[in-house]
Amino acid sequence: MAKTFRLKGGQINRKTPLNFSFNGKGFSGFEGDTLASALLANGVHLVGRSFKYHRPRGILSAGIEEPNALMTIGTGADADPNTRATVTELYEGLTAKSQNHIGPLGFDLMAINDRLSNFLTAGFYYKTFMWPAAFWEKVYEPIIRYAAGLGALSGEDDPSRYDKGYLHCDVLVIGGGATGLMAALTAGRAGLKVVLADEDFRLGGRLNAENDVIAGQKGADWAREISAELAAMPNVRVMTRTTIYGAYDHGIYGALERVGEHKSDQSGTRQILWRVYSKRAILAAGSIERPIAFQDNDRPGIMLAGAVRQYANRFAVAAGDNVSIFTNNNDGWRTAHDLSAHGVHIAAIIDTRHHPLDGEGLSAPKDCRVITGAGIAGTKGRLRVNSLTTTTGETIKTDAIAVSGGWSPTVHLTCHQRGRPRWRDDIAAFVPSGDLPMGMVVAGAANGEVSLSECLSSGHDAAAALARDLGKSVKKTPLPKVEDEPSFGIEACWHIPPKNGRAWVDFQNDVTTKDIILAEKEGFTAVEHLKRYTTLGMATDQGKTANIPGLAVMAEITGKTIPEVGTTIFRPPYSPVPIAAFVGRATGKNYMPTRLTPSHQWAKDRGAVFIEVGPWYRAQWYPEPGETHWLESVNREVIATRSAVGICDVSTLGKIDIKGKDAGEFINRIYANGFAKLPVGKTRYGLMLREDGFVMDDGTTARLAEHHYVMTTTTANAVGVYRHLDFCRQALWPELDVAIISTTDQFAQFAVAGPHSRKLISRIVDDGFDLSNEAFPFMAAAELTVCGGVPARLFRISFSGELAYELAVPAGYGNSLAETLMAAGEDLGVTPYGLEALNVMRIEKGHPTAAELTGQISAHHLGMERMLSKTKDFIGATLARRAELTRADGYRLVGLKTIDPEAMLTAGAHFLDRGAATRRENDLGWMTSVAYSPMVGSSIGLGFVKDGHNRFGDVIRATDFVRGTDIEVEIVHPHFVDPEGKRLHD
Amino acid sequence: MRYSGFSIIKQALTGHKSWPKAWRTPDPKPAYDYIIVGGGGHGLSTAYYLASVYGAKNIAVLEKGWLGSGNIGRNTTIIRSNYLLDGNVPFYEMSLKLWEGLEQDFNYNAMVSQRGIINLYHSDSQRDAYARRGNAMIMNGADAEMLDQDALRKLYPDLNYDNARFPIMGGLAQWRGGSVRHDAVAWGYARGADRLGVDIIQNCEVTDFIMEKGACTGVVTNKGKIMGKKIGVAVAGSTTKVMSKTGMRLPIESHVLQAFVSEGLKPIIPGVITYGMGHFYISQSDKGGLVFGGDIDGYNSYAQRGNLPVVEHVCEGGIAMMPYIGKAKMLRMWGGIMDMSMDGSPIIDKTGIDNLYLNTGWCYGGFKATPASGYCFAHLLANDEPHENAAALRLDRFSTGAVIDERGAGAQPNLH
Amino acid sequence: MIINHPLLGPRDASEFYYIGDAAMIMRPDAKPDDHSAETMAAFDSYQHHRDNPHGFHRELWYHEQGDRSWLIVTRNTTTHEITKVELARDVKLKGGL
Repeated sequence: MAKTFRLKGGQINRKTPLNFSFNGKGFSGFEGDTLASALLANGVHLVGRSFKYHRPRGILSAGIEEPNALMTIGTGADADPNTRATVTELYEGLTAKSQNHIGPLGFDLMAINDRLSNFLTAGFYYKTFMWPAAFWEKVYEPIIRYAAGLGALSGEDDPSRYDKGYLHCDVLVIGGGATGLMAALTAGRAGLKVVLADEDFRLGGRLNAENDVIAGQKGADWAREISAELAAMPNVRVMTRTTIYGAYDHGIYGALERVGEHKSDQSGTRQILWRVYSKRAILAAGSIERPIAFQDNDRPGIMLAGAVRQYANRFAVAAGDNVSIFTNNNDGWRTAHDLSAHGVHIAAIIDTRHHPLDGEGLSAPKDCRVITGAGIAGTKGRLRVNSLTTTTGETIKTDAIAVSGGWSPTVHLTCHQRGRPRWRDDIAAFVPSGDLPMGMVVAGAANGEVSLSECLSSGHDAAAALARDLGKSVKKTPLPKVEDEPSFGIEACWHIPPKNGRAWVDFQNDVTTKDIILAEKEGFTAVEHLKRYTTLGMATDQGKTANIPGLAVMAEITGKTIPEVGTTIFRPPYSPVPIAAFVGRATGKNYMPTRLTPSHQWAKDRGAVFIEVGPWYRAQWYPEPGETHWLESVNREVIATRSAVGICDVSTLGKIDIKGKDAGEFINRIYANGFAKLPVGKTRYGLMLREDGFVMDDGTTARLAEHHYVMTTTTANAVGVYRHLDFCRQALWPELDVAIISTTDQFAQFAVAGPHSRKLISRIVDDGFDLSNEAFPFMAAAELTVCGGVPARLFRISFSGELAYELAVPAGYGNSLAETLMAAGEDLGVTPYGLEALNVMRIEKGHPTAAELTGQISAHHLGMERMLSKTKDFIGATLARRAELTRADGYRLVGLKTIDPEAMLTAGAHFLDRGAATRRENDLGWMTSVAYSPMVGSSIGLGFVKDGHNRFGDVIRATDFVRGTDIEVEIVHPHFVDPEGKRLHD
Repeated sequence: MRYSGFSIIKQALTGHKSWPKAWRTPDPKPAYDYIIVGGGGHGLSTAYYLASVYGAKNIAVLEKGWLGSGNIGRNTTIIRSNYLLDGNVPFYEMSLKLWEGLEQDFNYNAMVSQRGIINLYHSDSQRDAYARRGNAMIMNGADAEMLDQDALRKLYPDLNYDNARFPIMGGLAQWRGGSVRHDAVAWGYARGADRLGVDIIQNCEVTDFIMEKGACTGVVTNKGKIMGKKIGVAVAGSTTKVMSKTGMRLPIESHVLQAFVSEGLKPIIPGVITYGMGHFYISQSDKGGLVFGGDIDGYNSYAQRGNLPVVEHVCEGGIAMMPYIGKAKMLRMWGGIMDMSMDGSPIIDKTGIDNLYLNTGWCYGGFKATPASGYCFAHLLANDEPHENAAALRLDRFSTGAVIDERGAGAQPNLH
Repeated sequence: MIINHPLLGPRDASEFYYIGDAAMIMRPDAKPDDHSAETMAAFDSYQHHRDNPHGFHRELWYHEQGDRSWLIVTRNTTTHEITKVELARDVKLKGGL
C-alpha cells in the first residue's frame, strides 16, 4: 500500500470510503473530501501544467481561487473541463484527468516552452510573426491555437439537465462562515426572510479549517450547531453548494446551486441557476490568502499556508512530511503550530519580518529552524519541491512549503456595480469602499476584520441594523465568546527578487515578476495595461491570488503606492458559471415557445408540411398522394383556388379589437390613408407608417358597429403594431375614448377564396344572411352566426385576388370549422392551401408582405404614395415627406417576368442593366419575392427597381452572384393575374 | 526600435533590458494643428492616419483615462464587412482591406486572423435576405459565399442540425472576416502614431471647448487649455457628455452592450459564427476562450455593466446553435457603452461649428470599423470634405431621410 | 432591474419593453398636408434628437408582459437607480413633461 498522508481527526467520514481515479490510476478517499484533499492524502501533488510554459504544477489552495489544480471531471459527453479539484466534492467513481499536456503529466512534451521562456516574455507575440503577412493564418496562428486553452469540450451535446428558479427574501447572506452564520442567525431570529448561501458543501467557512474555540467548543462544532438551528427556522433557507456569482441592479443576485454534480448518479438536475431578489444583502464572503513571489515558487508542494492548515484540520491531510513555512504575518506560524499538533514535522519557519511575534502567544515547534528577516531565494525539485534556499544562504530539505502573504478580503461582489475598493495599509489589503451595490452591507473578513470575534460581532451588527431598518425588533443576545485568538501582525512583503530565475505572480497564466518589470519598461504601467499586456489576472481564477501581488510589484518598481497603481475592476461572475446553466431547459425545441393555430390538428391530420414562422408553425402545403415535389402540391393548390375554391388558415394574422366613442378618430390618426368615413359594415385596406415615415405595416380594418372596429395586421408585426397602438392611445392621445385588446389568440380565421367561395360560405352561414354581391359586396364586413349558432365575423376581402372571404370564429371552433368547410365544399372541389400557395397568389397580385415591408421602404417605394392623406395629420405624415423617401427616381415596386420561361428566379438577386459591370454604381435594386406562377406559366418576381415605374418593358438582369445565376427579366406591372381586379367584385 | 523576430532574439539574449517605451508620455504643448479628443481605437487610428497618410504634423490625442480604455478594450474582436446597404458596405470593406495590411503598416502584430465569419440562416426568407446581402457585398468588391447545410456541416459538424426549434439550413460566409486581438490594435496605433510624432496625452480629460466667433479654437482640459486649429471628437460612449458643452443635441442614445468570455478551452470553434434566430455571435480566441455576445440590454445606460435577462437570452441563443458548449464556463461578463444612433449606422461629419468634427454613432459595430473610421475621419479633418467611402455617414441624413438602416427598425436605437 | 409599477407594485424589468426618452410623448402638432419647414424641423427633432443625459432620465417602458401600461420611469443612467414611476397617460393628461 502506498504511503498515506492522512492524519487523525478532521471532518471526513471514514466510514464511507470513496474510490476515484486520476489519470487512469485508482485512488480512494472519504466522504467529506474534496478531490484535492483526497489526492493530497495519497501523496499526489503534481496535478497539472501551467498555460504557457507547461511547468509542473501542484495544488496551491483549498478553494475556488485555485490556479493550478484544474481538471477534467467525467468522460465522454459528461466531461467537465477546467474544474477546480479544490472545490470538487469527492464521490464514488469520480474520474479526473489532468489537462494541458502532451504525453504523460510527468513528462509533458510542451515543456519545451519553459526552455524558450526567455523569448516568450510578456507581449512577445505582438512584436513578431508579422512576416510574411499570409503566414499568420497559415503557420503562426495554427501553432498558437494548437497550444491554446486548458481543458477540452467533448464536442458532444451537453446531456446534463439544468434548472432555473427565483427566490425572494428580506436578506441574502452571502457566505456561511462565522460572520455569515452569525448574520443569518441574527436576521433569522428577528423574523426576517433569509437566504444563506455558501459555495462550500459544509457551512462554517474558515471555522472548519481552524482550531478556534467559540463558546467553549470547537469552531467547526459551533458552526454545525448554528447550521442546525438555521435549518430548523421556517423563515431561513440555507443553501450550501451555492455561489452568489453576481450582484445586479436593485438587489438582484445571481446564484448557482450545484445540486447534482457531486453525486455518482448524474442523471438528475445538475445545477440550478437562481435569481435572488433581496431587499438587503450581507456580504460575508471572507478573504483569500495570497502567496509571496520568489524564485521557482511554483513547484508542486508549494502551497498557501491557510490551505495547508485547512487540509490538516478539516480533511486530516498533511501536505508533506517535512513542511516549511514562509510568511510575512502570524498566520504562517499558526500553520506551523497546527501541523505540529498533528505530528507533522516543521523543517523551518522563514519570516520576512525581523521581529515577528513580539509579545504573541505563538511559538515555533520543536526542532524547527526559525529564520527571521529573510526570504526564500530559490527552490529545487522538478515534479515536487525537495529543498529551498533562503536569502541568508541556507539550504533546507523540505517536501512542502506553506506560504502566507496575507489575506485579501473577497470584495468582488462589491465591485460588480463599479464600486472601487480602498486600500488599508494596516492589513495590507483592499477593503470595500462605501460605494456598494444598493442594499448591500459587508461584514467580517470581507470587510477587513481580522479576528474571529470581530467577525462574529460585525455579522451580528450588520444583521441587527438592517433588521431594524426593515422594521423588526432585535433581541439583545450576548455574542459567543472566542478564546485565544492569535493576532495578524502583517508586514507587507510581496516578492523576493529572484537572482537568476523567475518568480511567479500569476501561476496559471505564467506571469512572473520579470514580465511586470518588462511591462513597466515598455510603458504598460496603467493597471489595465499591465493586466492586458502581461495577462496578469486573466486566467480562469481571475487573479484571485495574483492581482494584489502583481499590483504591489508594479507599485514597487514605479515608486507608487498600491492604490496609486490602481485596482482592476472585478466583473461577474465571481467564479465561472457554465453557459448551460444560464439556459436551463430552454434547449432544443424548447428554445422558444411554440404557437399553433386552432386548426393545427386538422392540418396535421391532412398531412400538411409545416414551417416555422416566428413562434408559429404554419402549414406550408398539403401534399396529396403521388405528389413527389412540393411545387406540384403548390401548383395544384393555386389552380384549385383560382378555378374552384380553396381555404387557408390565416389565424396568425394580428387581430385587434378597437372600441370606444373615439375609435374612428383614433384609427384615422394611425393609418396614412383616410378612415374617417368608413361606414359600419365595411372593411378598408390600411397603410400604417412609423413616425419616421417609413412603412410599418399594412392590413385591413373593418367597422363592425358605430364604435367597434377590428384591425388585422401582418403576422410578423402583430406584436409591434399592438404596442404602437397602445403607445398612441396611452401616451400620445389619452384624451381619446378608445380601448383596445388583442384578439389574435381568440379567433381562428380562414381565407375562403376562389370562384366558388360564395357558394361554400353560403352553405355554412346561418339562415337569412344574404351573401349576394349586392347585399355583401367586396370589402363588406359583418358579425353573424355560422354552423347553427357559432358567432363569427365575415369579411369580404381578398389577398389572392379571387372572389374571397375571411371568416373568423372563436378559437375553440377553429378545428371544426376547417372540417366543416372541407365537408361542405367537397362537391365544389374545395382544396386547403398553405403558405406557399398563398404566397404565389399574392405575388401574382403584387401584394407586398414582410419580404417587401422591410422597414426601409416608403409609401412611394411601394407605389402607394397616393394613399398618404392630405386631409389629416397622421403618424408619419411629416417625415414621410423627406426628400429621400419621396424622390422620383427612387426604388419602386415592380413585377419581374423572365424572358426565358424555363428560368427560375431567386429572391435576393440584384438588378443590373444588360452589359453593366458588377459595381455598386450599377446596382438597380433587388428581387424581394419570387414564385413559379402556374397562371403565367413561368417564374415571376416582385422587386424594387430604381425609377422602376418609368422602366416598364425594359429588360434587365436579375443577377444572383452567390447562387450563380444571371437571368434576363422584363420589368412589368406587379399585377400578373386579373390586373383590373374584376374577380374581386364578382 | 522596430519590432521583429531579430529584435526579440537580441533582447532575449541580453535580458530584455533595452526595450524602449511603446510610446512617450509627453506633456501637452500649448497648441496643435490637430487635436483628437479620445484615445480609443478610433481616435488613435485617426491620429495615425493623419500623420502617416495625410502628412499632418503637430497632432495631439487627448485621452481622459489610459489609452485604449474605451470600447477598443471591451468588445468581441470581430472584423467583417458583411453589410447590406450602400452607405455601409464600401466603408466596412475599406476597413477590412486596411485590417489586411495593418500589422505590416504599423509594425505591430495585432493578430488579424481571417478565419471567416458565417451568419446562419433558418428559413427560406432569411436565406433570400442573406443572398441579397451577399450580392450587395460582391457588388461592392467584398467576398461572400452562400453555404448550404452540407457545406456548413463540413466546417461545423456538431451544430444543432437535428433537434432545433429553428432548423439550421445554411449560412452566408465571408471568409475574409475574422477576429483581431483588440487591445493590440490600440497599442499598435498608439505606438505607430507616437513614432510619427503624435503626442498621446493620457489622463487628460476635455472639460470644455474654447469658442471664438462661432468657431472652436481649442479645448479646456484638466491639464490646462490646449489650442487647436482643428478638433476632432471620437469618444464613443461619452459623445453626449463631451458634445453637450457645445449645446448640440445628437441623434444618439447611449446603451450598454454586454460581452462574455469563457475559460480557456482547446480549439473547438474555427471561425466566427452567428445564430440567425436570436442574436448570438461567437468565436474562440487564440488563448482558447470562447468570446461571445448578443443584444444590447436595451435601456439607456452609462454604467459599464448589464443585467441578467440579456445574459440568459444570449446564452440561450448559443446553446440553441451549439449545444456542445453547455459545459464551457463563463469566466467574465462585462459591459461597454455604445452610442446607438437612430438608424444603427455611424456618423463621421462636420458639426456645424467651424473646426469641430465628430465621429460617433458606432452602435456596437465600432471595433471592425477602427481602421476606416480613423482613415476617413483623418481625411475629413485634413481636407474638409468626406472620404468617398464615408460620404453617406452624415449628421444631416435624418432630416433628409437618407438613413442607413440595416435592420429597418426606424428611429428606435435599442432595436439596431 | 425592478420597476415599481404604480398599479401593480414591483415588477422585474424583463416584463417590460423599452423605447427610450419620455419626450416621445410630446409629439408635435401638424396641420393636414403641412409642408412647413417648422413642422418638418419639429418632427425631425422629436424623432431623432435625444438629450441622452448622464444621470436622471425620464423614459418610456411598456408593461408588455403585464397590464400593458406605458410607464414613465425616472431612472439614473449611471447608477440605474429608479426614483419615480408614473403612468404615461397621467403625465400626458396633466399636460406632458
